[in-house]
Amino acid sequence: MSFEDWFRQDRLPHIYCAGCGNGTIINCTLAAVDAMGWAKEDTVFVSGIGCSSRAPGYIVTDSLHTTHGRALAFATGVKMANPKLHVVVFTGDGDLAAIGGNHFIHACRRNIDLTVVCMNNQIYGMTGGQGSPTTPRGCISTTTPYGSTEPAFDLSELAIAAGANYVARWTSYHVKELERAVKTGLETPGFSFIEALVQCPTNFGRRNKFRQVADQIEYIKAHALLKAKRDRLLEQGERIPEDMYVVGELMRRSRPAMGLAPTEVKP
Amino acid sequence: MTSRLEFWQGNIASAEGALAAGCRFFGGYPITPSTEIAEHMAAKLPKRGGVFIQMEDELASIASVIGASWTGARAMTATSGPGFSLMMENIGYAAMTETPCVIVNVQRGGPSTGQPTMAAQGDMMQCRFGSHGDYAIIALCPASVQEMYDLTAKAFNLADKYRVPVFLMTDEVIGHMRERIIVPDAVEHTGRPAFVPGTLPFKPGADLVPGFPEFGKGYGTHVTGLTHDERGYPCATNPGLHAALVKRLVDKIESATQKLADFDVVNPDAEQVFIAYGAPVRTVQQVIHDHPDRKIGFLRVRTVWPFPSHALALFKNARRFIVPELNLGQIAREIERHAKVPVTSVPKLGGELHTPGELYAVWEAGA
Repeated sequence: MSFEDWFRQDRLPHIYCAGCGNGTIINCTLAAVDAMGWAKEDTVFVSGIGCSSRAPGYIVTDSLHTTHGRALAFATGVKMANPKLHVVVFTGDGDLAAIGGNHFIHACRRNIDLTVVCMNNQIYGMTGGQGSPTTPRGCISTTTPYGSTEPAFDLSELAIAAGANYVARWTSYHVKELERAVKTGLETPGFSFIEALVQCPTNFGRRNKFRQVADQIEYIKAHALLKAKRDRLLEQGERIPEDMYVVGELMRRSRPAMGLAPTEVKP
Repeated sequence: MTSRLEFWQGNIASAEGALAAGCRFFGGYPITPSTEIAEHMAAKLPKRGGVFIQMEDELASIASVIGASWTGARAMTATSGPGFSLMMENIGYAAMTETPCVIVNVQRGGPSTGQPTMAAQGDMMQCRFGSHGDYAIIALCPASVQEMYDLTAKAFNLADKYRVPVFLMTDEVIGHMRERIIVPDAVEHTGRPAFVPGTLPFKPGADLVPGFPEFGKGYGTHVTGLTHDERGYPCATNPGLHAALVKRLVDKIESATQKLADFDVVNPDAEQVFIAYGAPVRTVQQVIHDHPDRKIGFLRVRTVWPFPSHALALFKNARRFIVPELNLGQIAREIERHAKVPVTSVPKLGGELHTPGELYAVWEAGA
C-alpha cells in the first residue's frame, strides 16, 4: 500500500485553498500510518471543526467529524470503548487550544493512547482569518486589525506540562522529520502530540506581508530552531527570540497511559 | 424467570437498569442530584467488562458517549440542569449523526444553578428543543423506582431502534426516593438496525432509520455533523438535500408516535382529567385513592416526547384537562396544542410536590 490508498478518491477535489499547508501534513500523517502496516478497519480518524478537521472526510477509514473543540472527547470515547482501534485525531490551533483547550490538557493528563496531529496555521482559516490563541503578537487578522496584542500559546509546551508521553513540533517545510515524528507518535503508547506549523496563504499570509506562498514557508523554515540548538543557546545563557519556533522531538517518556489494548499493557 | 425484591434508590435503579440492558460505557461528570448514577456505574461497570470514565465536563461526557456508541457499545451519561445545558450542542450532533445514546436528566430547580437538591421538571422543553435546528428525540418519564429501572432499560432499546438520543427525564424526587422494586432476571435487549455491507451508510430503510455501520468492521463510514448525503459525505449547500435529511430525522420519530406511546388511562368516562408525568403522577394517584367516590380521570404519560396526542381522544366525555407540573406549564402548552377542551395548567415551583389537597381543590372547583 501507499499513502494514496488511504484517500477517498470519490471525495476529490478537496476544499483546501491553493498553497495551503494542510495537505502536506495529511500526506505525512498518512505516510506514517501506512508505514505502521495498520489495517484500515482498525484505524479511526477523528476531528473537530476547522480546515484541519475536514481531513478525515478524505480518508477511507471510519471517521468521526465532530463538533468544534470536542474531537479529543469523542476520540476518548471511541478509544476507551474499543482499545483495539488505532485512533488518530486531526485538529487545528483554534479547535484544540481555544474552544477545546480543556479537553486538550485533560487528554494529555490522562495520557490516553491517541495520536494528535495539530495543523497550527496560527489563524481561524475556515471562518475567514480571525486571530487564534497561536496568532503571534503583532500579526494582523480580521479580529486583530491593529496587530495581535495577546501572547500566543505554545501548544507543545502545554502538552508537555499536561503530561503527554510524546511531543514533537515540525513544520510543513520539514516533511521527512514530520513523517518520522508522526510515526514515532503512532508507535508510542499514551498521548502523542505532533504540532505542525503550516502556512495559510489565504487568511494569514496575505495579511502579513507574505506575498507568495513560498515566502511564508521560507519564513517558517528560517524561524525554526532545532531543540538541540535551543538547548545549546540556553546553556550559553542566550535568550531565545520570541519569534522562533523550537522544532524537534520535545518530549518522550513513559508515564502510565490509558486506553491501551490488552496486549499493549505493560506490567 | 426468577426475579428478586429490592429496596433501592431511584438513581441506583436507573444505573441497574442500564447495566441489565448491557450498557458498556458511561461517560459522566458529577452533578447533584444525579451523581449516584455515576458512582454506581463507576463501581459496577469495570467488573462487567465495561468502561466508566469521569470526563472533564459535560460537553466531554456526551461527546465520549457518542464516540463510544460508534464502536457499537451501548453508552450513556447522567446529569442535571446545568450539565444538561452544556450537553446541548452535542445532543444535536447525536441527532444529526443518528447516534444511539441514553441521557438521564435528574431534573432540579433552574434556571442556572437554581436548586441543586430540589425537584423540578423545568427541562422538558429543553430536552425536546434545546439544541439548535430542527430534530426530534424520545423522552421517557418514570414515576417510581421500578420505572427508573424499566424505562432506563427500555431507553437503550429505543435509542438503538430509532438511532436517536433517548432521554430519561426524571426528577430529584424519583431519583432520590427509595422504594421496593422487583428486579427481573433479564430485560429485553433488541439491537440496532443491521447495516448491509456495500449499501450506502445513511440510506434509510422503510422505517426511515438507516442500518448502523459501526466502527471497526471495515465499513469505512464517514460520520459528520454537517448536512450529509446518503454516503455520509458533507453536502451542506444543497437546499433540497438538507430539507429532506432534517425532515427524515423528525419524521422517523414523529411517524412512530403511536408505537412509542406509553401511557395508562384511569376512568376514561370522566369529565375532568388529570394529565401527569414523573413525580406529579404520585400526587394524582393519591388524589384518586383519597376520593374513591369521585370519577377522576387520569392520563399518566411515560413517553412524553413524542407526545401521544391521540391519547386525549380516549377521554370522550372530557370537559377539561388538568396538568400539574413542576414547571410553569411546559407540557400543558403541548397538550393545549392538541386538546379540543380547555387545559388547566397547575404549575408548582420551589422544589416541592403539589399536595393531594391542592390538586383535589382544582378538580373540585370544576366539578
